Amino acid sequence: MATSIHPTSPTSPQPTFRAGLRAGIPVAIGYIPIAIAFGLLAQSFNLPNAITLSMSFLIFAGASQFITVQLLMAGSMYWEIILTTFILNSRHFLMSAALSQRIESTSRRLLATIAFGVTDETFSIASTRQEARSGMFVLGLNTIAFLAWNVGTWMGVFLAFGLPSTLQASMGIALYAMFIGLLVPSLTTRPVFVVASLAIIIQAILHWVITPFFSISDGIRIIVATVVAAGIGAFVFKEEEVT
Amino acid sequence: MISLFLLVLGLALVTYLPRLVPLLWLKELALPAYMKRFLSFIPYAVLASLIFPGVLSSTTTTSSALFGGVVATFLALLRVNLVVVVIGAVFGVYAFQTI
Repeated sequence: MATSIHPTSPTSPQPTFRAGLRAGIPVAIGYIPIAIAFGLLAQSFNLPNAITLSMSFLIFAGASQFITVQLLMAGSMYWEIILTTFILNSRHFLMSAALSQRIESTSRRLLATIAFGVTDETFSIASTRQEARSGMFVLGLNTIAFLAWNVGTWMGVFLAFGLPSTLQASMGIALYAMFIGLLVPSLTTRPVFVVASLAIIIQAILHWVITPFFSISDGIRIIVATVVAAGIGAFVFKEEEVT
Repeated sequence: MISLFLLVLGLALVTYLPRLVPLLWLKELALPAYMKRFLSFIPYAVLASLIFPGVLSSTTTTSSALFGGVVATFLALLRVNLVVVVIGAVFGVYAFQTI
């Protein structure tokens, strides 16, 4: 962290908010291509622009938005889409629970605003930075991510015309490439490596062994694999520093 | 259009609630050490579960999706910026499907 030359104290809200904005730049840059991909995907299915744009403004959850568009086009019922999204998003419950233990700010209005911006990516920054004990820092981080997500969606929606359809179809990988880019560099400690490998093994078993007999939705599989892998990790690695 | 917008509102609600409830009501709770370790593993476990096997059906063919995943992993191992990983994977899939 660079030393601050601001006349205000380091805990005052504005510099902390700005530090959060700066910490969120990598997430913001990463979000733009994914949001463009989302805009393009929605366009390729002829979803009305107003719907695509309001999804990014009101929902602000990448995986859910991609899956919603895919389910809509597969002709799924609305209640199925809402249930799948709810199940898929319950992982944010775990992230908000982790953040609640970390953030020292107690203003309920601030916490409620921060809550809207909890995503896989903002969480992974907030859970690795010391400054994230300040609510204003997390708010800055979430704000820049939210802005980038919406700007990217607009770009995707209004740029879609010029791009070849094969390139549009290639955009589906963007979200997963981002997850890979976030996970792989963290696999340097043994506990993290073991937990991530466990999650993948459990997912494989659920997908190829269990699902053919009992149909389990994607969202439920993600939750089961996450909870079981993190639970085993917490049980096995008692002494070691986790992160 | 109206029903689609109502769907978006419903989705916004079920997305916001799981984010909001723990931040407002779990804060005062002193969690045991086991729960804290469990929560600290969550980001990695959830990323791994999101990636696999979802990545395999992320494009039109499993082989191109697998190729994109390999490109992303390779770039991520090189510790390049996240944007490069994303763009590299997209163009990897595009090249794979075109060639």
